[in-house]
Amino acid sequence: MKYYRSHVLVCVDPSCLKKGAHDVMDALQDELVAQGLIDEVQVLETSRIGGCDDGPELMVYPEGVHYSSLTPDDMAYLVEEHFLKGRVAQKFVTEEKSFIDEELSAPTSKEIRVVLRNCGKIDPENIEDYLAEDGYQALGKVLTELSPEQVIDEVLRSGLRGRGGAGFPTGKKWQFARSSKGSPKYVICNADEGDPGAFMNRRVIEGDPHAVIEGMIIAAYAIGASQGYVYCRAEYPIAVKTLRIAIEQARNLGLLGKNILGSDFSFDLEVRMGAGAFVCGEETALMASIEGQRGEPRPRPPFPAVKGLFGKPSNINNVETYANIPQIIFRGADWYASMGTEKSKGTKTFALAGDVRHTGLIEIPFGLTLREIVYDVGGGIKDDKKFKAIQTGGPMGGCLPEAYLDLPVDYEALTQAGSMMGSGGLVIMDEETCMVDIARFFMDFTQDESCGKCTPCRVGTRRLLEILERICNGKGEIQDLDTLEQLCSEIKQDSLCGLGQGAPTPVISTLKHFRDEYIEHIVNKRCPAKVCKALIRYEIIDGVCTGCTVCARNCPVNAISGERRTTHVIDPEVCIRCGICMQVCNFNAIEIN
Amino acid sequence: MNSSTFTKIYPKNEPLGDEAKKAVIDTIIEQHMDTPGATMVVLNELQSAIGFISENMQEYVANRLHIPYSRVHGVVSFYSFFTTTPRGKHTVKFCMGTACYVGGTPALIEKTKQLLGVEPGETTKDGNITFEVCRCVGACSQAPVVVIDEDVIGRVRPNKLPQILKPVQDNVE
Ligand SMILES: Cc1cc2nc3c(=O)[nH]c(=O)nc-3n(C[C@H](O)[C@H](O)[C@H](O)COP(=O)(O)O)c2cc1C
Ligand code: SF4
Ligand code: SF4
Ligand code: SF4
Ligand code: FES
Repeated sequence: MKYYRSHVLVCVDPSCLKKGAHDVMDALQDELVAQGLIDEVQVLETSRIGGCDDGPELMVYPEGVHYSSLTPDDMAYLVEEHFLKGRVAQKFVTEEKSFIDEELSAPTSKEIRVVLRNCGKIDPENIEDYLAEDGYQALGKVLTELSPEQVIDEVLRSGLRGRGGAGFPTGKKWQFARSSKGSPKYVICNADEGDPGAFMNRRVIEGDPHAVIEGMIIAAYAIGASQGYVYCRAEYPIAVKTLRIAIEQARNLGLLGKNILGSDFSFDLEVRMGAGAFVCGEETALMASIEGQRGEPRPRPPFPAVKGLFGKPSNINNVETYANIPQIIFRGADWYASMGTEKSKGTKTFALAGDVRHTGLIEIPFGLTLREIVYDVGGGIKDDKKFKAIQTGGPMGGCLPEAYLDLPVDYEALTQAGSMMGSGGLVIMDEETCMVDIARFFMDFTQDESCGKCTPCRVGTRRLLEILERICNGKGEIQDLDTLEQLCSEIKQDSLCGLGQGAPTPVISTLKHFRDEYIEHIVNKRCPAKVCKALIRYEIIDGVCTGCTVCARNCPVNAISGERRTTHVIDPEVCIRCGICMQVCNFNAIEIN
Repeated sequence: MNSSTFTKIYPKNEPLGDEAKKAVIDTIIEQHMDTPGATMVVLNELQSAIGFISENMQEYVANRLHIPYSRVHGVVSFYSFFTTTPRGKHTVKFCMGTACYVGGTPALIEKTKQLLGVEPGETTKDGNITFEVCRCVGACSQAPVVVIDEDVIGRVRPNKLPQILKPVQDNVE
């Protein structure tokens, strides 16, 4: 047996092959021959060593070096550096992509960064970095030049609206809290960010915590509060830690605590953690949670501005709302109001997720169209598939089809279209997504997260879920559609809080825009997107299957049998339709029928 | 203060019966007992320091904070992060948020069931790994995501799972 000192594994998955993996491999072989190394280095084919995002790619063992984004022309250099000189060819080494880079890349031309301006640029654990970016200048201006009324006026004129979902004018909210009698008053930051698919708030806190803190101090000055709380979800331990460090540093510089910056204004801040209840994002439930109770919503009125935390006047805003404040004060309301649409001013952060090419955070002025977001900023649909729907507003929002892509994004337009702004999660779905299944998925979520305090929400969401499950299982009847609509309108009207009121939206919007798909499930017992398990079958194509055994080894229930190098077969009785075999087959030999 | 609580004989596995753990519990309670809304703060810290909040611990917290046991129990049962029984040494949590759901979490769960031999919500028989499904962890741009102990691992493919789970499967101690 030959002894090789190195083994090179070249990824030959379809997407790497498309990008020329075989050419790279040939060039590599040629170069090894040319440099006299072919007897020392063995080249092998393999699959999935990275994620194929940056193919063609290869691994060199025993060193375990991962090279990617290769072309045939790079091989001469690579062979010389790595195998002849024994040095790692740094320029092709796959960087250990950290979280942060993947989430927030350089802005495209359509983006404007206000809230995200410092994220990724400054060290969040060093207050000096924030100070160097004009940090706490706005607070200085507020304390020395502006009365609380003037601060509120500036925020009003900026047109800033709450970024937590409902879009209530922030200046107005502050006015109510200011004019409310009672003491002490509280300022609360809602960092519960429970919408799946949304992570803007986390990133702002982890990347620029002082912007949020400064915004809260200014709010406290404006309404006359002496104590503040940031309520952060327990799923975000790093955000909690970053905030605590930032608060400590601000306190040490006299920016929090007694007599801030030598003025007679005092204010301090504390972080409180949630414990995994989605409904605690609702403001009254959130306050109950800070008080140490079950996070059940309370009827409004009384509004928090009148009777909030511990029964005292309170102002609650979202993370992004506060993070806008220092910039508005520092650069002026007119500057801020110059961005956006008539009724939605400024910028908004969104998290792009799902089947879009560039997932991650973006910040755009209001008024861009969904098409610009998906295609210009997001780079279009992954793997050149077809766009099907965009889901906005989280579990209380809706799914919009292609016909709505030219909709300009602002609070009113999205609501009119039957969805909503929500906190800013945008999940893009391609043609392989089943909209009935998505409606079922969201109902599963809301049904599970309903706090159970009121019947329409508790019982109604469960009934909706049952019907949707029935349809997905191919057991639906055409009257079910009317029942769904009827139930939706009842739940919407009679529920106590926004969770119940918004829970039907995913069902209403998919029924409206994708009714045909419901009908296919019910009448023809077909799932056009080939998702609903009861209505599909995985089959191996004779003649395409090479008998490589990969699928059989990966199937979680051993439903696949066959000898090596012969066509494999799936036993439909055993198969649980998980789709793993299709994902791992390198030869596209598996289809869904 | 209800003195009988303090002389109670606790079963094995009960943190209050373990001197070191009881000291931790006492410190947490004493540190926060005067904080407004102390219940949540104390429970959150107990959950992360001890790993669960047993019924005895709930009763103990109620006594020391001078609030009814039913209130403490009501809070513990409301929030999904609070658990009343010990968990595995490690946790493997799959995100079932929207982005991860459309990104392929369901297949990962099927594969993990096979690899660990338990259903979501259960702990492996050797007490090593608790297998859970959770809500969005805020790493949606890397969907599908699995959180192993504190580590967030993104873009997980089913055929990578054996490799990903191996370190925690081996680390039984
Ligand atoms: C079920 C439910 C969940 C919510 N979740 C959040 C959340 O995670 N973050 C948030 O800022 N607002 C959330 N809200 C909205 C809040 O109730 C509240 O309107 C918001 O914090 C006000 O801040 P803003 O005026 O700055 O938007 C939620 C509302 C409901 C009904
Ligand atoms: S609508 Fe749902 S979540 Fe809101 S209070 Fe009623 S039961 Fe609870
Ligand atoms: S179906 Fe694909 S993975 Fe399975 S044996 Fe055939 S070629 Fe291999
Ligand atoms: S779909 Fe899943 S269960 Fe069915 S054969 Fe493929 S891998 Fe096995
Ligand atoms: S949906 Fe899984 S991390 Fe957000």
